[in-house]
Amino acid sequence: MAVQYESVIGLEVHCQLETASKLFSACPLEIGAAPNTRTDAWSWGLPGTLPVPNKAAIESAIALAVAIGCTVHRRSRFARKHYVYPDLPKGYQITQGDQPYATGGALEIPGDAPHRVRVQRIHLEEDAGKNVHAASTSGVDYNRAGAPLLEIVSEPDLRSADQAAAYMRELRTIVRALGISHANMEEGTLRCDANVSLRPVGADTLGVRCEIKNVNSFRFLARAIEAEILRQTDLLARGEPVLRCTLGYDHDRDRLFVMRHKEDAADYRWLPDPDLPPLVIDDAWVDAVRETLPLLPAARRAHWRGLGVAVADASLLAAERDLADYFDALLDAVGPARARRASSWLVTEVLGRLHALPIASCPVGPKMLGELVVLVDDDIVSGRAAKEVLDRCWAGEGSPLAIVDARGLRQTSDTAAIDAIVAAVLAEHPRQVAMLRAGKANLRGFFVGQIIRTSGGQANPRLVGERLDAAIGEEPS
Amino acid sequence: MTSHDARVLAAAVKDGSTTASAIIDAHLTAIDALPHLHAWITRVDGAAREHASGLDAARRRGEVLGPLAGVPMGLKDMFVTRGIATTAGSRMLTGWLPPYDGEHATRLREAGAVLLGKLSLDEFGMGSSNENVPGEAVRNPWAADRTAGGSSGGPAAAVAARMIPFALGTDTGGSIRQPAAMCGVVGMKPSYGRVTRSGMIAFASSLDHAGPITRSVRDAALVLGVLAGPSDGDATCVAEAPGDFVGACERGAAGLRIGVHKSALDDDAIDPEVRRAFTEALAVLDGAGAVLVDIELPHAALAVATYYVICTAEASSNLARFDGIRYGMREPGSTMTASLEATRTAGFGAEVRRRILLGTYVLRENGRGAYYDRATRVRRLIADDYDRAFAHCDVIATPTAPQPAFVRRDRDADPLAMYLGDVFTVGANLAGLPAISIPCGFTAGPPRLPIGLQIVGPHWREDVVLAAAAAHEDATAWHRAAPPGTVGETSFGRGSS
Repeated sequence: MAVQYESVIGLEVHCQLETASKLFSACPLEIGAAPNTRTDAWSWGLPGTLPVPNKAAIESAIALAVAIGCTVHRRSRFARKHYVYPDLPKGYQITQGDQPYATGGALEIPGDAPHRVRVQRIHLEEDAGKNVHAASTSGVDYNRAGAPLLEIVSEPDLRSADQAAAYMRELRTIVRALGISHANMEEGTLRCDANVSLRPVGADTLGVRCEIKNVNSFRFLARAIEAEILRQTDLLARGEPVLRCTLGYDHDRDRLFVMRHKEDAADYRWLPDPDLPPLVIDDAWVDAVRETLPLLPAARRAHWRGLGVAVADASLLAAERDLADYFDALLDAVGPARARRASSWLVTEVLGRLHALPIASCPVGPKMLGELVVLVDDDIVSGRAAKEVLDRCWAGEGSPLAIVDARGLRQTSDTAAIDAIVAAVLAEHPRQVAMLRAGKANLRGFFVGQIIRTSGGQANPRLVGERLDAAIGEEPS
Repeated sequence: MTSHDARVLAAAVKDGSTTASAIIDAHLTAIDALPHLHAWITRVDGAAREHASGLDAARRRGEVLGPLAGVPMGLKDMFVTRGIATTAGSRMLTGWLPPYDGEHATRLREAGAVLLGKLSLDEFGMGSSNENVPGEAVRNPWAADRTAGGSSGGPAAAVAARMIPFALGTDTGGSIRQPAAMCGVVGMKPSYGRVTRSGMIAFASSLDHAGPITRSVRDAALVLGVLAGPSDGDATCVAEAPGDFVGACERGAAGLRIGVHKSALDDDAIDPEVRRAFTEALAVLDGAGAVLVDIELPHAALAVATYYVICTAEASSNLARFDGIRYGMREPGSTMTASLEATRTAGFGAEVRRRILLGTYVLRENGRGAYYDRATRVRRLIADDYDRAFAHCDVIATPTAPQPAFVRRDRDADPLAMYLGDVFTVGANLAGLPAISIPCGFTAGPPRLPIGLQIVGPHWREDVVLAAAAAHEDATAWHRAAPPGTVGETSFGRGSS
């Protein structure tokens, strides 16, 4: 009987903070600027320059730690990690080694079966520059050198590639909600290394792990992890050992390649950075940052779920801070009792019309959409008419109520009037009436449609259904 | 003109009794007269004259001039100067023209000091003889066959030889105080964190200090006052404002408790003439009303070993940036790594390479516990020793160096003998304490060589150090002695001023 294995995955996520200047100098920080135009003496590692910590970066760091329930340490240290690479201007990276500023948090991957992932530590560090390779030459762009990064290290609590990607998405959602990072994988402001190992199901020790470096999209992250799980499964099935190594992922070929084995591991010659006194974050500072935190995605989702919003809609709406704020404004306009209808209108109709554009570019504000949702919910317009109203609002024709009145889209709930139309429509189609009565149930929809059309779209569909059923139920006279 | 102290020159410029231009010209002439000392790496005569005439014009317009108005100065070539070659005494920085001014250059210029150029040093501050240089070693103005000391040999020699009234040096293990002692001038290292390191090329960041080399204690106080204070560019520089250093020089030594660690003086490595001069210096302080007290520094014998582990570890890190990619020299190579190796082999001298290797060794994952981590703990013990000693005394007095200036190349084959010369100075660096070296006598000769007295104070107490040093200076005339061949009053005898 073959051994069954389970995969064990831990992620090290790098998130570039969106501060005005670099982590240790006043040099302006800007993503996408022309190479080497956002540098200063510090970024170039010029002799005589020294690091001075950026308070805004530390505040962002505190915000994330608080948001995911980490302990923020009163005293932590920056340390130098040495290695040789052209994009590393000082020959060392200033990071935090054995004394990170935050440890021991957790976050929950949302869904029908939420999964809790523990966060081992978060530390603050500076980014390196970027090597740029041309046909015959290589250059280095130091714009990014010294940019503030948070490294968020999870415990090995993830069990599948999809779960790993979902964890990344949730982390992205949180840092975006906090407004501390673009957290965009394509742009490099969110990066991920994955540690993958296998162990027999039920074992409580960890297998030999391999680290996948520098994956730059959610899709590739999942694929790279899948590929690594398959590779290790295959090795173990053949009775071969998994050797600890660092792997790169070739996006073009969808293939992993070995960058180095463990025996080649660098000795980083860690040194507490003598240029930087211990980083002191007292409780008052943590509390002050906590005061400024927005409502976090998990709290918003839980709140909306309590109001009856569907799981999927709640996740989608909480994922972007602007969208979540829009939805909260919409709830203010319609009241909590209409949350489910409001969320489905926002997700299906508004986001559908936006075609992946951000909510900020939506021409219909939450108040206007709220007015429409109330009109639908109060049976004043039919759903079908409301879609037309939304189109017209989108085109700038005015408020929903004004459009409804101008175009006579108010639906009627006058039973006598609807009965008259029902009778007229049934009289026009005697053969279909007979078939419906004989049990051909799908003809009911045909009649409802005919009746509403005859009413000029104004008949309340619920009432039409009731009156139609009553008329069909009667014996033919 | 060239025998005057900085504060005398500044006062003369301000009251119009002379001009900055006249002062600068006189000092440039003095420099021209002594090329064989090899004190200077780079001179900026033209810029200096221009700066001086600008100051004179400002005075004529009635502008208020700074405390160092028209005073010529030199910077050890560890201080970054915009558009002026800054080499750290290394081939590695050949061709580098810094795009920025360090804070030291800026603060001194704002105070009115006129930069005449950059002064020689042991490469990256690593050495005690100013022989670890790509070119000619600096000569001691008192005897050309002797070293000027190091690593601030250029600054000490230039100040002693009356080329400039003050220079700025750096001190990682004694590099201001030891050459000051060997050249017969005043050298002061403030408390760690008192003067910014921003714009000073790093050797060992937790031990590096900037400080003045002058011909009087009061000048040292004046220059230190200009340099001290909070810095936006250095996170280890304290925010609090410094005290009145110049005023502290007038307090006298009456009642001051001077700690003496007697057992440290029993070492056979200490020259008898150094011991004699030190004993005389204690008698001078005693005569000025100070009280001598015995103290113990139980871990003092571990200081040199501790120092060399920490300074080499930090040096190996600080010097990692010199890869030939962004600035300085670059040797070609078929690959990036080949070019890097060739650049660092050709760019660094033997002593710097030795220290990088040692530092790399002590930081290895498998060795740091036995070396770097242990040295860090011993450093703490050494600092604690000082704390305990300062419960019983106000300052501690020692000879600055166990020997007077030694013959050049004498210690080439024995780096350890060279390192042991730091025995009295490294403690103040490890503990971050303020310390000064002042002239306290001469050897019998020939040649007659200067001897230095070191006074160490508690953290942030530069004022007490200066008070004790000024009291000694007021009671002696050693600081007025000028080397042969220079303009000034030569006086080997003890006398009152």
